[in-house]
This record gives sequence, C-alpha cells and structure tokens, in this order.
Amino acid sequence: MFKKILIANRGEIAVRVIRACREMGIASVAVYSDVDRASLHVRMADEAYHIGPAAAAESYLNFEKVFDVVKRSGAEAIHPGYGFLSENAKFAQACVDAGVKFIGPTATSIEMMGSKTRARQEMEKAGIPFVPGTSTALDSAEQAARVASEIGYPVMLKAAAGGGGKGMRLVHGPGELTLALASAQSEAERAFGDREVYLEKAIINPRHIEMQVLADEHGNTVYLGERECSIQRRHQKVLEESPSPIVDDDMRQRMGGVAARVAKAAKYTNAGTVEFLVDENKNFYFLEMNTRLQVEHPVTELITGLDLVHLQIRIAAGEKLPFQQEDIRIRGHAIECRIYAEDPENNYFPSPGKITLLLSPSGPGIRVDSGMYEGWTVPIDYDPLLAKLIGYGTDRTQAISRLTRALNEYFVGGIKTNISLFRRILADPDFQGGKLHTGYLDRLLKARPAEEVKGGDAEVAAIAAGVFATLDSLSTTNGNLFSNRENKTISGTATSDWKKAARVEALN
Amino acid sequence: MIYEITIDEKDYRLELARADAGWRCRLNGRDVQLDAVLVQRDVLSILIEGKSYEIKREHTGTDTHLWVGNVGYAAELRDPRSLRGRKGSAADEKGPRRLIAPMPGKVVRVLIGEQQAVEAGQSILVMEAMKMQNELKSPKKGIVQKIVAAEGSNVNAGDVLAIVE
Repeated sequence: MFKKILIANRGEIAVRVIRACREMGIASVAVYSDVDRASLHVRMADEAYHIGPAAAAESYLNFEKVFDVVKRSGAEAIHPGYGFLSENAKFAQACVDAGVKFIGPTATSIEMMGSKTRARQEMEKAGIPFVPGTSTALDSAEQAARVASEIGYPVMLKAAAGGGGKGMRLVHGPGELTLALASAQSEAERAFGDREVYLEKAIINPRHIEMQVLADEHGNTVYLGERECSIQRRHQKVLEESPSPIVDDDMRQRMGGVAARVAKAAKYTNAGTVEFLVDENKNFYFLEMNTRLQVEHPVTELITGLDLVHLQIRIAAGEKLPFQQEDIRIRGHAIECRIYAEDPENNYFPSPGKITLLLSPSGPGIRVDSGMYEGWTVPIDYDPLLAKLIGYGTDRTQAISRLTRALNEYFVGGIKTNISLFRRILADPDFQGGKLHTGYLDRLLKARPAEEVKGGDAEVAAIAAGVFATLDSLSTTNGNLFSNRENKTISGTATSDWKKAARVEALN
Repeated sequence: MIYEITIDEKDYRLELARADAGWRCRLNGRDVQLDAVLVQRDVLSILIEGKSYEIKREHTGTDTHLWVGNVGYAAELRDPRSLRGRKGSAADEKGPRRLIAPMPGKVVRVLIGEQQAVEAGQSILVMEAMKMQNELKSPKKGIVQKIVAAEGSNVNAGDVLAIVE
C-alpha cells in the first residue's frame, strides 16, 4: 500500500480524498494556488505545497508543478479527484513516465472514451446499444419510411452537418414523414450547404441514468448500481439519487451487464461511470463513459455500504477487488443535493464571498461532504460547488423527509446559495412521484415559485432586530463579545452594524 | 430602549428592556412575553409566548437580513433619538452617491471616464465573478466624480467602485 498520496485537486473532493487517506493510514499531500492557502483541503492535509497563481492553467492543471510536488513530498500516487487533470490522458501517461501511480484508469482507456467517435466505434464493435437509427444519409422518402418503421416512431430527422437544431424535425408518424424530410433537407441545404439528413429514434423526455463500475487490474469488473441524474440545469447535474425510481432489479442487471461490458471493452481499470439515455419505455442507450470518480459518488456509497475512494486506492495499489458481483447488495435510498454558491433569485449568478455564518445539518441519515467553513472566503476563480448534502433513508420517502429536515437546518450566511432550490424540488409532486426527465428542472424553474408565506414571522424578525441591537450595545461594555464590526455609539446607543448598513444603503 | 424597525418595508415600534428574568418587550404598543439568548455570533434563540425561534443575522455588502427559519427579512433599524433618520438619507439624492460592489470579484472594464455625465441606470463598469460578467449601473443621473476601482483590480463586497454626483 502507498505511504503517501498527492491530491491534485481542491474543494470538497480534495477533502473527501484526504479523509480516505487518513482512514487508511496514508499521508496526504495537498497542493494549492494563491487563493487557496486558507482552503479546507490545505488545513486538513498532512502536507501542503503552493503551486502557483489562481488561474488553474498555471496551478492545478500544470503538470510540471504537480510533479515537482511529487518529488519534494515523495508521494507515491496521485489522486486527481474530478475535473482538472482527472480525465487528461496525457497526464495519466506522464504519471507512468514519472514513476508515480495515477489513481484512475490508464491513458489508453481515458483517450478512447474521451473521443465520442472512437468510443462509438469501439462500443459498436462490442455490441453496446446506441440510440437506433441510420448513421448514413437517407436517399429517398421510401428509404426513410422503411428505416422509420423498423426503429419505430417517433423519429428525429437530423442534418448530417448539423448543429444548433437546424435541419432537425421530430416526426410522430408515417403521415408526416415525406413533408418533414423535404423541409429538413432544404433547411440543411440552406444552413450548411449540405442536404444530407439521417434519422434516429426520437427519445422523448429522456432520463439520464448512469451506472457505477469498478474494475481492478486483474480483469475483475463489477457494477455498483445506478444513479438517476435527470435533474440538471444547463447540462449541469443538480440533484442525483440512487436507486433510480424507475429501475428495478431486472433492468439494473441488464444495464449493469452492459456497463461492465463497456468497461471491459475499454480495458478499464479503477472507478468509472457509464452514462445512459433512457426513454419512456425504459429502453436504455449508451451515451458516454466518465473515466473518473463522479461528484455524485456518495449516493452509491450509501446504498452499497462501500467506500469508493478506499477502493480506488486499493485497486491502484494492485489489490484485487475484495468482492464479486453477487456480493453487492443495494439497501435503502440516497439523494444528493449539490450546494452551489449561486443566487437563485438572480438567474443563478455565481455568488462568491466570505461565509459569515455556517450552520451545518447533521443527525440520522445525513452526510455532508463540504469544502467550506465559517470565515472562509469562496474564491471567484473556480467552480462554485461548495458542498454536497446527502440524505439516506430506508426508502425514497424517508430519504426525502430527512433531506428536507436537513435543508431546514442548513444555513450559509454572507453568500447566496441554491439551498432554497432543493426545498422546492423535494416538495414538488412530480419529483416525489419520481416523474423525472432531463427537462424537468427547466420546466420547474419556468413555473413561478409558490409565493413564500411571508409576514407571519415579520413581527418575530422585528423583535429580533431590537434584541440584536440591544446586545450589540451591551457588547461595547462587555469587551466587544457580540459585535464583529466597529462599535461607536450615538446618544448612548450602539447600533453599529445597523448604522453601517443604513449608511451604505443611503449611499447606494 | 425604543426602536423604530422596518421589516420588509413595514414599520414597527419596539420597546425593549432587560428585566431580571429575561426581557420586557412591547411591540406596537402590545406587551409580548419574550426571552432571548445569543447562542453564537449572529444567531439568536428567542422564545415568544412559549414558541421557539432561531434567528440568523446576515450582513451583505449593502444591507442586513434576518432569517426566521427559511424566510429572510430585510431589516432596518433606527434609534429615534439618533439624528440620522430615514428622511435624512433620502436627501442624499442631491449629494454624491457611491457605486458599491455587490459581490467580490474583479473589475474587468470601466465604461465611463471621470467627469463624464451618466444617466441613472447607465452602466458604469463591468465586474466578473466566477467567470460570469455583470454590468454595474449608475445609482443616479449626474457626473462621474471618481472611478475608485481601476480595471483589473480585485474588489470585495461593499467596496466603493465609483462616485457619481
């Protein structure tokens, strides 16, 4: 086993990996940029080294600086986390060349899965299901009708040179096909100077469901159940859960079998995720493989009882998987909320800044994987993911009620977060009914939120305002215990924070 | 102590005093049975007629919010004996007004030069935070007296960026 691991990442995932290292008796080495000196991962690691300015290209993405820290610290392996260098085949190869173990798949696997066309070619060879259709141009309306009836309506006509929705037509039945083909072809001609159109099965309201796989370096591959990731905003996942509300044992076995075949075809090692598009009839189609640990891995950990980071490290150290497929049991239900520093009332604009107050939830079935702490300033330079709140329950209903309870305990002051969005999702009847698809969140956000019932507690707020002001004034005689700002008095009354706020407001 | 308090634009008159056992409290002339303890900085546990509330205080760049449960209230407080009243602040329309940074970030572009005229709501500069850009607009019609934050400078929430008179 390794004695020391470098974590080439920051934020909550670096903290997550440092914790695993500590649990396994492995020393952890953090790296940090100029703006991350006070970040939690630096505080928690056994060693930490500065690797340059805030810009990721000059710090977290810089091979030389990372390898320089490998030399200085004597680390034997690198955990890349997610993002940054995690899916960089050149980096994985550079690790081999530098004689340090990359905790992840080989450069060859990363490269194969990184190219959509290569991945598709290789996976078609392995008989992996894709969205059915023609990958060549349609010659005639007759041919189009024949292919469409083979794969079944609805179908989507797409321009071969396509992009931006141009030359795309949704066709519900044979009656619409001839006309739609002609108009798609002429639109494609006008838009791209190329009238080639091909046909694919239309997936209406698809779900995004992915399968976690683990493979050791001795040819053993297992799948650890699926994650439902249909709740997305701008292709960014927001909430994930496992198991999926629509996947039963039979479907899980079939999807898992395909995922394991994908991994084997890619000669995959370590932890990875196979993404599928799932239609309304529960047909699933291969989308892509993510060759890293996913942000949402905790939901899988909670329902399988396994620690994926421990297993990643053990696999990288050359150990065999300590279990087989039939040993894996799924128990209960887990849901993850990604807490981002962004403002739900201002179009989810990023909201970095100083965290002035942090009340973190706990209690039964609650896990918080966080990279923040009270007093920390969220830098403007990186992804706004602050923490992940994961709720676990015997079943989905209990997981939802525990998460709802925990969200009400969660308070992040000083910056805006999307915590309120999760209250809305968890209370939504469609979510509770498991009626999800990738357009779910856009639709929910378009609907006006139910007006918050305000006013009921306005009197309580008024009383609290007076109590705070009184305590602020007392604190001047008590050695400034209660006030964190300047504390001058007017007419014997200190209203320091309030006065300052009022002044700023008047000037604004 | 008598406070005039505005919560979400509604005014309250609050009389508060420490008593032997807790607090004496009258809200808009009505007696309220109150107990209050500051449990940590900016967190108050209060009991009103037996009901328990936890109130969180949050200062943002420009104002103060009080959170009762999940609901945030914009709160403003005046001590009637203080000379600084709300009417007084409204008079600032005539004087210089500051453009304040609503969040920490970087000033990527200054759109207006010093001594140039601006309309109320006209963009003065562009700030970037977490890879997104946001235009900051003039708080009033007037002349840009000073651009405090230069292009490329990093600023904190509440920092003065420019002054318009």
